[in-house]
Amino acid sequence: MFGVPLFLLHAPDGFLSTPISTGMWFVTALALAVALRRANRTLDERSIPLMGVMAAFIFAAQMFNFQVAGGTSGHLLGGVLAAVLLGPWAGAVVMACVIAVQALIFQDGGLLVMGANIFNMGIVGTFGGYYVYRLIAGLLGGEERGRLPAAAIAGWLSVMAAAVLLSFQLAASDTSSLAVALPAMGGVHALIGIGEAAITVAALSFIAVTRADLFRLRDAAVSVH
Amino acid sequence: MKAREDISAGTLRALARRYWWAIGLLIAAIIVVVLVPFASSDPDGLERVAEDKQFLDSARDSRFDWLPDYSIPGIGGDLSTILAGLVGIAIVAGLIMLYGKYLVARRP
Repeated sequence: MFGVPLFLLHAPDGFLSTPISTGMWFVTALALAVALRRANRTLDERSIPLMGVMAAFIFAAQMFNFQVAGGTSGHLLGGVLAAVLLGPWAGAVVMACVIAVQALIFQDGGLLVMGANIFNMGIVGTFGGYYVYRLIAGLLGGEERGRLPAAAIAGWLSVMAAAVLLSFQLAASDTSSLAVALPAMGGVHALIGIGEAAITVAALSFIAVTRADLFRLRDAAVSVH
Repeated sequence: MKAREDISAGTLRALARRYWWAIGLLIAAIIVVVLVPFASSDPDGLERVAEDKQFLDSARDSRFDWLPDYSIPGIGGDLSTILAGLVGIAIVAGLIMLYGKYLVARRP
């Protein structure tokens, strides 16, 4: 079914130079260390089954490439969805787990570039996406009222941010020039981001109807010292 | 008769509340079984740009192949993709549950 290698934003090895890949691994390792430390301290244990379900859902949804204009496809990233439900720290752990399994078991995304892939698709959408989501939800009168539009905007922005970051990494690696990569990547992913927003809103709406209490798990933080 | 239906509906609801995570995993499995065979096989965003801007060739093949491109070697067609997807769901959910066990174990 997939005649061509799949890599929506999953860069294969060779796209990024060794210095850029190694540098991004360093940044990602730091970010994940922070995420694990914060999650270990504050995560409510009842969130763990939700983390497992989110990892399974995001893995499955990332296999479903939807059509965008001009013979191009895209799929969910899921960072904002994970962060809305789990917070940025546990959300980043889930995203890193999914992206690592995709690279290690399914050869989707390279190993040397995995640091960059986890950063672009996993860290930015959770760490950054979460605060964008909270900010917009706050402006709309709180999460209860602003959840869906805030998640939609944060989701779209997370895809754009990943595409823009990867463009800079491609340019810094001399794989492409910024003048070429940035408009091309930005243009395609502006459309793919609409799919991200739609799937994020659909998933959150489904939870709101069936199990709205799951929204409270994120802030049910424990204090373990 | 009416009462018995109420009890069984109530029991089902209670089961669904208790095992909601199993329903969540089932939804992920349903996505793989029902939707993924209809996924677009067109090049995705990055691949389209790499092709158009002529840097697709700089991609290096992986040095190992386990379940490459979401397929089980030796099995063809949609079945291969579906099985690979189910394996993936089990692995990511299993890893997170292991992480959860570690997290609970290190707490006082």
